[in-house]
Amino acid sequence: MLKDRTLEDDYRSWRESHPPHNRDWDFTTLSGEEIAPLYSPLDIADESYTRDVGFPGQFPYTRGIYANMYRGRLWTMRQFAGFGTARDTNRRFHYLLSQGMTGLSVAFDNPTLMGVDSDDLRALGEVGRTGVAIDSLADMEVLFEGIPLDRVSTSMTINAPAAIVLAMYVAVGEKQGVPAGQLTGTLQNDILKEYIAQKEWIYPPRQGVKLVVDTIEYTAQHMPKYHPVSISGYHIREAGSTALQELAFTMADGLSYVDASLERGLDIDSFAPRLSYFWNSHIDFFEEIAKFRAARRLWARLLKEKYGAKNPRSWLMRFHTQTAGVSLTAQQPENNIVRTALEALAAVLGGTQSLHTNSMDEVLALPTEKAVEIALRTQQIIAYETGVVNTVDPLGGAYFVEAMTNRMEEGALEYFRRIEELGGVLVGIEAGFFQREIADAAFRYQRELEERRKVMVGVNDFVNDQPIDIPILKIDPEVEREQIRRLQELKRTRDNDRVDRTLAAVRDAAARDENVMPYLLESVRAYATIQEMSDAMKAVLGSYREPAFV
Amino acid sequence: MSEPRLRILMAKAGLDGHDRGVKVVARALRDAGMEVIYTGLHQTPEQVVRAAVDEDVDAIGLSILSGAHMTIFPRILELLREQEAEDIILFGGGTIPEDDLQELKRMGVAELFTPGAYTQEIVEWVRENVGEKAAGGSAAPS
Amino acid sequence: MVTETTEEAAARLVESLLKGNRRAAGRVISAIEDGGDAVEMLMRALYPHTGRASIVGITGPPGAGKSTVVDELIRVMRADGRAVAVLAVDPNSPFSGGAVLGDRVRMMRHATDPEVFIRSMGARGHLGGLALASHNALLALDAMGFSDLLAETVGVGQSELEVAGTADTTVVVVPPGLGDGVQAIKAGIMEIADIFVVNKADHPQADRVVADIRDVLRMDLKRPEWTPPIVKTVATAGEGLEDLWIRIRQHRRYLEESGELERRRRARLEQEIVEIAERRLREQVLRPRTATPEFRAMLTDVVERRMNPYEAAEQIVPKTAAAG
Repeated sequence: MLKDRTLEDDYRSWRESHPPHNRDWDFTTLSGEEIAPLYSPLDIADESYTRDVGFPGQFPYTRGIYANMYRGRLWTMRQFAGFGTARDTNRRFHYLLSQGMTGLSVAFDNPTLMGVDSDDLRALGEVGRTGVAIDSLADMEVLFEGIPLDRVSTSMTINAPAAIVLAMYVAVGEKQGVPAGQLTGTLQNDILKEYIAQKEWIYPPRQGVKLVVDTIEYTAQHMPKYHPVSISGYHIREAGSTALQELAFTMADGLSYVDASLERGLDIDSFAPRLSYFWNSHIDFFEEIAKFRAARRLWARLLKEKYGAKNPRSWLMRFHTQTAGVSLTAQQPENNIVRTALEALAAVLGGTQSLHTNSMDEVLALPTEKAVEIALRTQQIIAYETGVVNTVDPLGGAYFVEAMTNRMEEGALEYFRRIEELGGVLVGIEAGFFQREIADAAFRYQRELEERRKVMVGVNDFVNDQPIDIPILKIDPEVEREQIRRLQELKRTRDNDRVDRTLAAVRDAAARDENVMPYLLESVRAYATIQEMSDAMKAVLGSYREPAFV
Repeated sequence: MSEPRLRILMAKAGLDGHDRGVKVVARALRDAGMEVIYTGLHQTPEQVVRAAVDEDVDAIGLSILSGAHMTIFPRILELLREQEAEDIILFGGGTIPEDDLQELKRMGVAELFTPGAYTQEIVEWVRENVGEKAAGGSAAPS
Repeated sequence: MVTETTEEAAARLVESLLKGNRRAAGRVISAIEDGGDAVEMLMRALYPHTGRASIVGITGPPGAGKSTVVDELIRVMRADGRAVAVLAVDPNSPFSGGAVLGDRVRMMRHATDPEVFIRSMGARGHLGGLALASHNALLALDAMGFSDLLAETVGVGQSELEVAGTADTTVVVVPPGLGDGVQAIKAGIMEIADIFVVNKADHPQADRVVADIRDVLRMDLKRPEWTPPIVKTVATAGEGLEDLWIRIRQHRRYLEESGELERRRRARLEQEIVEIAERRLREQVLRPRTATPEFRAMLTDVVERRMNPYEAAEQIVPKTAAAG
C-alpha cells in the first residue's frame, strides 16, 4: 500500500513537471478508444500475474495457448485462394504449396456460397469471379487433384451450405482412400455472423444453427482431427465494427454454438477442443494485440468456469488470422504491402495459430500470382528475419498492452450482459441489434475519415494523382460458360434416379429433425448439385428474409 | 404542399452480401435530406428496375462488389429502356477496375464510385446531377 | 411537356395509368405526394375510376413483424387470384429532412409479379396530412385496377391511427413479449382494430397476449355486431396467413352486408371534404388576413392588453360573416 502511494506521488510530480504537450490530434484507437499519454504499473495495479496473465500454455492462457509457441512450431501460413474453375484453382494450390505454403484455404465463388448452381439465373456474371465455382463432387475431385488430403490440411470458407461442402470433402477423401477420421482442416461454418455481418445465408437463423450443430455432432463422432466451426470475427470487423464489437459479438456467437450443442446432448469436452476462431488483424497495432490476448483469456475462463469443461484443450482459443481487407486502399496500392506486414506482425505478436496475409491488389480484384507471392513472403520475413518468434509473447507485461487487454475483456463482458438482456444472440439478430451497432460504427468511422480526424494515407492525406498502375487479374467470361457446360453434362450423365432418391432422403431427414450429414453424404456420392441439396433442405427448413436495418 | 424531394433507390444486386458501403451511403443521402428506398440484398436486375419504376425514383444507386458489374449494370440499363424509364439515372459503386469503369460509363452508367470515395462526394454528385435533372425534366405535373 | 398545360399532362398521365402503365402510376403517386394544384387535377381524372378496391390497413408497434405479415399475406392473396397493391407508410422518418424507407426489403420476392405494386411513403411534412396523401395514393392504385390495397403503417402514433382510419378493414399486429404492451397500445389502437394478429405466435408469451386482448375486447361494448377475431401467425414461417385472409374476407362481407361499409366510407368522405374545405378556408381566407402589418399591430395591442383576443378575432372574421 505504502509503496503504491509513493508511485502515485511520483507519477503526479512527474506529470506536473512535464505538462502534457499534445499536437492537435485525436489520440484514440482506430475503434475510437481514448488512449492515455503514458501507461505505468498504476494502470495494472489490479491485475494479478498468476490469476490474469500466467505462463503460456497455462490457464488463463493470456500469453499463448502453447508453452513454447513459435519456438516449438511456427504458425501455419495459409493463403486463401480460389478463382475460376476447380482446374484453375487446383493449379494455384500446387503453385502455393511449391512456394512453401503450409496449408490450403479455399475461397468459393458467390453462387457456391449461396448454395446456387452455376447455371442458375441468379449466378449470372458471378461464376468463378471471387472464388472457385463448385457445383458438385465432380468439381471437388478436380479441386484437390494431386493433393493428398491425409497430409495437407484444408480450410474451407463456406457457411450456409457448409454441411454439403463438408460432405463433399469427405467424399473426395474416400476417392483418395483417406478415411474421414484422417482428414484435417477447418470448415468456416459460422452461420451466425452471416446474419450479423456477411449476409450470405439460406435458411432462417434457428435452422442455420441446427445445421451447424449437425456438423459439430458428426465430426465429434467421425472426424476427430477436423475443426467443424471457425467462429469468425473477420467479417464482422470488415462490415465496420470496432475491435471490441468484433471480440464480443464473435464470442457471443461461439457461446451460442456451445449452448446449442449442449442442448443436442453433446458433452462439452467432446466438441469444444475442435472449435476454433478466426479474427481480423486491423491496422491499430496494440488494439489488435490486446484483442487477441483478451479473447484467449475470456474463452478459457468461460469454458472452464461457466461451462465446466474439464479437458484443458476445451479451454484453448486457437485462432486463424487474416489481415484487414478494409484497411487496404485502391490509391497507391503498393502501400498495402506495408499495411499488411504491420497487421501480420500484430497477429504474430498476438499469438495466432495460422495466418493469411492479403495481397496488395485485393481491393481492386482477385490477387495476381505475383501479389500473392509478396504476401506470403511477408509472413516468411516475419517468421525468419525479424526475430519476433524467438521468445513467447514478447509484449507480455507491457503496461499499455496489459491495460488494453483488461479493457477489452471488460468491454466484452459488458456486451455479453446486454446481449443476454436482449434474450440472446438469435433474438438480437431478429431485432437487428448487431446489425445496427455495426452500421453505426461504420458510419462513425466514415465520418471521421471525411473530417480527417482519422487518416488513411493516400486517401485523405498524402494523396497523389498518379493513376493506379498495377496488373489486374481478370476472369475470362469463358469460365462461366465452361462451368455451365460441365454442370449440364454432369446432370445428363449421372444416375438421376439415385439423385432423386437421395435428395428425398435429405428432405425427410430434415423434416424429422435428424442429423442431415449422413444423408447429404449419400446425395454427394450420387453427384447431386449444391443447389439441389440446398433446395431439398430449404423445402423443410424455410428460407431467410433479411430485415432492413440501415 | 410538401416539398418535392429527391427519391433514390439504393440496391444490392447479385449474390454478394457486402452491404457496409450501401448502408453508409444510404445514411449519408438521408442526412442530406433525400428519401432513400432500400431494397435489401441479393436482388436481380428485374427486381431493381421494377422497384425503381413503382417507387418512381429519380436515380438508382447500385452497389456491386462481386465482380459481376459488367453483367448487371448493362442489364439494368437495358431493362430501364424497356420500361421507358431511361430518365431514371443509374449510378453505382464497387470494386471496379478502371477500364471496366470507362466501358460502363460509355454504356450509360452516369457515375461510378470506387473504394475510398467520400460519402460527401457522392451526396454532392447526386445533388448536382440528379437534382438538376429532376428539377428541369420531371414529367409529373406540378 | 413544357408547351402543354399541366391539366392536359395530368389527364394524359392518368389515362396512361388507367391502361396499366406502372411508370405512370409511379409518377401519379409522386405528384400526389408532392402536393399542390396537381393533386386536384389528378383526382379529377382519377376519382370516377375509384371505389372498387377494398382497403386493408395494417398497423402495430415496431418490431411486430408487420412487413413480414404483409409479405406473406401478398403470397396468400396472390394464390387467391387477387391483384395487390401495397403502400408502406413510415411516418416515423424525420419530419423535415430525409428518410430511409426499408419496409419493402421483406417483400422484394413479389417485386417482379405484374399483379403486385409496392410503394414506400415517408413523412415528408405533408401539409395536407399524411393520411390524405396516402389515401389518395391508394385511390390511384384502385383506379389502376388493383382489387386489394394494403396500407402498412409503422408504429402506433397519431398519424398512424389516421392512416389506418382511412381503411375499410384495420388489422392490428401485436408482438408477444411487450410486457404491458397491450395496455400501452390500448388507447386508440384497440378501438380501430377489426382484426388482431398476434404474430410470432411460437413465442412463449404469445398466449398471454391473446388472453390480454380478449380481456380488453370483453369490456368493449361498442361493437355488438363484429367482435374482432384474434389470429395467431408465425409470419417468418408462413403460418396463419391463410386464416388471416379468411378473416379479412369475412370482415369485408360483414361490412357489405351490414351496410357498415357504406356508413364508414360516407363518414370518411364527409370528414375529408370538411378537412379540404377547412384547409382552403385557412389558406384563402385566414392567411391573407393574418399575414398583414395590420394584424401584427393588432397582435401588439393584444399583447399589451389594449384589446382582447376575441375582439381581435372579430376584426378578422366578423361573427355575422362566420354565421352567415
